[in-house]
Amino acid sequence: MKEEIIIAGFGGQGVLSMGKILAYSGLMEDKEVTWMPSYGPEQRGGTANVTVILSDERISSPVLNAFDTAIILNQPSLEKFESKVKPGGTLIYDGYGIHHAPSRTDINIYCIDAMDAATEMKNAKAFNMLVLGGLLKIKPIVTLDSVLKGLKKSLPERHHHLIPMNEQAILKGMELIRKM
Amino acid sequence: MAEEVKLMKGNEAIAHAAIRYGADGYFGYPITPQSEIMETLMEEKPWETTGMVVLQAESEVAAINMVYGGAGSGKAVMTSSSSPGISLKQEGISYLAGAELPALIVNVMRGGPGLGTIQPSQADYFQTVKGGGHGDYRLITLAPASVQEMADFVKLGFDLAFKYRNPAIILADGIIGQMMEKVVLPPFQPRLTDEQIRAARPWAATGKTKNRKRNVITSLELDPARMEENNIRFQAKYREIEKNEVRYEEIGCENADYLIVAFGSMARICQKAQELARAEGINVGVLRPITLWPFPSEIISHYADKVKSMISVELNAGQMVEDVRLAVNGRVKVEHFGRLGGIVPTPDEVVNAIKEKLL
Repeated sequence: MKEEIIIAGFGGQGVLSMGKILAYSGLMEDKEVTWMPSYGPEQRGGTANVTVILSDERISSPVLNAFDTAIILNQPSLEKFESKVKPGGTLIYDGYGIHHAPSRTDINIYCIDAMDAATEMKNAKAFNMLVLGGLLKIKPIVTLDSVLKGLKKSLPERHHHLIPMNEQAILKGMELIRKM
Repeated sequence: MAEEVKLMKGNEAIAHAAIRYGADGYFGYPITPQSEIMETLMEEKPWETTGMVVLQAESEVAAINMVYGGAGSGKAVMTSSSSPGISLKQEGISYLAGAELPALIVNVMRGGPGLGTIQPSQADYFQTVKGGGHGDYRLITLAPASVQEMADFVKLGFDLAFKYRNPAIILADGIIGQMMEKVVLPPFQPRLTDEQIRAARPWAATGKTKNRKRNVITSLELDPARMEENNIRFQAKYREIEKNEVRYEEIGCENADYLIVAFGSMARICQKAQELARAEGINVGVLRPITLWPFPSEIISHYADKVKSMISVELNAGQMVEDVRLAVNGRVKVEHFGRLGGIVPTPDEVVNAIKEKLL
């Protein structure tokens, strides 16, 4: 098994932490993992992105040409990464952040209205976990159990009381995602 | 009990490994993309546990001179910075080499010249292995290609520095510093006591006792005849290091038609390029120098008679390529491919460069 993922959006949307939780979940399953963030000025207010690779084998490059899965949370990121999805790969986007839907026909495209749901839940912080739930529904690369263990590992103890809320958001995200 | 597998950034791994090595002091000044080294040390508060000093100096110049002082008293001390900050430290590094002081320096390179960019680069190769500071000196240079090696090379760097009484440097870049991977941290070693330091490092300025002469830590020697003697001694030491400490990794080099030479993060990207090229029937090997000085000239020379051509792939305009060419001495064509100023090539770009320049 090997999954090469790009997560891209605005700084502050929880792009890097979503990638981190995925990476920790992979760690819980004894997978090889790399988490490579964009750390440039773009991270501060502009676009942020992170490449996460989960694999059963040793990972060579943390820098990739193309991705199995792209999770796209704003329009500039769609323009940058739609063409970088491997043929037959998967693109997931947030309905609120994207004004011009992706146009490729050789990849599987899914939409999740995670921003709307987070607003409805009055919890902006649930946004990235809703998206993560959507990803796991269509690509169960790690188990929910591993994600919860990964959350525990990546969050400082003072935030552990938030784990049930995160779990709820993940489950909700699994319901929300829809094929386009 | 087996050590736990952890997930962390390369910079964080350096900090944890330094505490576990039993380092006595870290002196630094923040700069992206390596600030997590000092941040992690400050969070871990080793002064409360092992007694390690962690100090944010007023500048890079101050930090490297604190390293000089600590090293002179026989302590295991280190500093870290990124390219522009490392330039500021060059005088101190030359003085460390001149006074034969062991110390560990970490450079998490970013794009230059000047203040440049904060994105990854390998453009400080020349600065690190060809001098940087003034005078005929050499820096033991370790180039990590994974978070695990960031952790492991702290001990290796300190051990080599003490073995040869010479500064050692970990030459990483923004990718290795910023990315998270699995790592098993080295076991805890206690810091040496003053008594142990006096015994293990009799040259150090630890306070004169009646039964020995004064230890003087200096790089100054105004008598040129004696200064030449010092230099001859340094050179003999450098030859010894070149004989004993060359390290490299061969990745699928046996029976390869073409050879990529690449270090650090670029070697990782080249391994992916190697997979892609092989899928197209181009048989490429990757030779990864782990020590940039001493440079693995002998093994590269060995492959000069086996491959059709070589390419040095670097995040710079062509620096290590000169050492590859010296190693093969004209027996095989050596090309260079690089991106500049903080741009990192994708594996595809490397494959295209192989096709354009080697085939």
